[in-house]
Amino acid sequence: MKKTLSILFISFIAFSCSVDPEIKPIITEDEIKEVVPEGWPTPIYNFSSNPLTADGFTLGRFLFYDPILSSDNTISCGSCHQQFAAFANVGHDISHGVNGLLGTRNTPAIQNVNWLPAFMHDGGINHIEVMPLGPITNPVEMNETMTNVVAKLSASGKYKQLFTKAYGDDMVNTQRIFKAIAQFMGTMYSYNSKYDKVKSGDESFTAQEQSGYTLFVQRCSSCHKEPLFSDYDYRNNGLVAYADSGRAHITGNPSDRYKFKTPSLRNIEKTAPYMHDGRFYTLDQCLNHYVSGIVSSSTLDPLLVGGISLSAQDKSDLIAFLKTLTDTKFLTDPRYSEIH
Amino acid sequence: MKKIFLLLVISVSIISCKKDEVIPPKELPMPDVIDTTGFLEIHIENVVNGAPLSLHTSTYVSSANDTFSVDILKYYISNVQLVTASGYTYTEVESYYLVDHSQPNSLHLMIKKVPSNHFSSINFTIGVDSTRNVSGSQTGALDPLNDMFWTWNSGYIMAKMEGHSPQSPEPTKKIVYHIGGFSGKFSGIRNVSLVFPNTADVTKNHIPILNLKADLYQWFVQPNFSNFSTSYFITSIVQESKDMADNYANMFSVVSVVN
Ligand code: HEC
Ligand code: HEC
Repeated sequence: MKKTLSILFISFIAFSCSVDPEIKPIITEDEIKEVVPEGWPTPIYNFSSNPLTADGFTLGRFLFYDPILSSDNTISCGSCHQQFAAFANVGHDISHGVNGLLGTRNTPAIQNVNWLPAFMHDGGINHIEVMPLGPITNPVEMNETMTNVVAKLSASGKYKQLFTKAYGDDMVNTQRIFKAIAQFMGTMYSYNSKYDKVKSGDESFTAQEQSGYTLFVQRCSSCHKEPLFSDYDYRNNGLVAYADSGRAHITGNPSDRYKFKTPSLRNIEKTAPYMHDGRFYTLDQCLNHYVSGIVSSSTLDPLLVGGISLSAQDKSDLIAFLKTLTDTKFLTDPRYSEIH
Repeated sequence: MKKIFLLLVISVSIISCKKDEVIPPKELPMPDVIDTTGFLEIHIENVVNGAPLSLHTSTYVSSANDTFSVDILKYYISNVQLVTASGYTYTEVESYYLVDHSQPNSLHLMIKKVPSNHFSSINFTIGVDSTRNVSGSQTGALDPLNDMFWTWNSGYIMAKMEGHSPQSPEPTKKIVYHIGGFSGKFSGIRNVSLVFPNTADVTKNHIPILNLKADLYQWFVQPNFSNFSTSYFITSIVQESKDMADNYANMFSVVSVVN
């Protein structure tokens, strides 16, 4: 009932004052101000310098799905970051950009990014608001300049309206673009998986999921740390990765060679292919890697020396548990869906 | 009940419509606060070993006897402080300037809200302080549009020089220096302090001019001598970039203070 009332209310306002009948408010102020689950750490990015509004979020959503941000107007953020894959890229081991150009790394999921101390597999980007600069200007991704992006958006009637709604006037600048995208990406929260419901006491694991969880806590969670399922540290998990020095590319420190940011395992069932170079297509392959594929090197994480021993039963239990991290509400939430 | 609600909806929507049309009253200055601050203008002349810098066409000779031309010279000056003989220090807020030799306007820095006083020295930073390197998206001089922000390893390029030299082993004969890093042992941030020959006398009605010279020649000489056949491409935070920052820390000198 409450919902219908508020929908009525919104449509009323939209009807009575919207400048353009095409662009309707798609979210309420209340709907974006979510409360994160109890027991979670404090987010690093909290919108204190970028006050969250329904119109700011909406602008960010339009920008995220708009190929206008690329040089030939063909590739949007959403081309590589797909909602049904928790904003990873299904089926592509490495990214595909403008003119079919290939990147060198796998597209990671975008979820709970307000907790990320740094972005990218190597942690090279230090802030959510400068994050879009990388893909937009990367020649093998969107290959565009910010000067052109600002010019193209300034010339668009649609964006004049969206910027005016979000910021009070239609001036387009990089800061406004980046802050709006940060509002959209920063509110992509995933915490409604079965695992979360078990934690809050609303559901319970099956016997197999429970035994998988027990194994996970013993063998995996020192790196894939609950509740975000990452410690956000950089570690070498034993992949042979000589083509990509990982963290060392950023720090210049040889002891960081082949280390990559521990990825969150939330929605892991949906984010294949896996690892920074997308080399594995199934969870089974990932587990086999930990059991028998670990390659020794001077920077291999000490926790993984000798591999992790898992029986066939252990593996299927672990996979059963990993599937409880799938958050269908997040993957289908209409607030995040494609919009033009 | 339903009726009341509908009324409410309508009235709220009317209010929210109206809101857009309301013109906010102009803010009047507080009558009892009298602004006595003024400005100080800095003129920067970029030179190479004393000769005026002109991009693309002119050639210069480095201390290693290498010939070179310059296509881009850009650097940040930030956090300007003016100091009097008695030690009073004025620190400008939001003090970020991008000097870009291709933009003549950028060679004139207007230091704002300077209290009336007789200033005898200046401190500033070459580069952008670490805070602004980790604070997300910025505007003005710090806008990433200015092509002074690394997209793969967040942080500002503190100073950038690009040009050509026949001594460069690159097929294109390019020489490229993007000096960055805001923390750690290879940081590209450098502090500069310069003493004036006579005081700069700032009043509300009078803008003194500080003429500075910035000598690109210094980038390759002191204390770390380099030549273009071995050091021609620096675009990451390494020992060589730190060495170059140690050099450009010495590039400024005061020409005159004109009251
Ligand atoms: C061509 C495909 C492609 C496009 C287009 C693209 N990305 Fe990405 N994205 C990637 C890849 C690949 C990575 C990992 C890059 C790396 O680690 O070097 C990534 C990383 C990210 C991350 C970091 C996630 C993490 O866990 O560190 C975020 C956030 C992100 N992209 C947002 C965006 C936004 C916003 C846009 C649009 C402005 C965008 N991406 C456009 C492929 C793409
Ligand atoms: C020493 C720390 C560490 C331990 C222990 C560890 N991992 Fe990982 N894991 C990582 C790192 C680092 C990566 C990313 C490697 C890369 O991208 O190259 C990763 C990647 C993964 C991925 C791929 C994620 C993706 O989105 O691409 C899966 C799945 C995974 N781990 C599952 C597990 C499981 C299950 C266990 C326990 C059996 C485990 N990990 C133990 C550090 C660890």
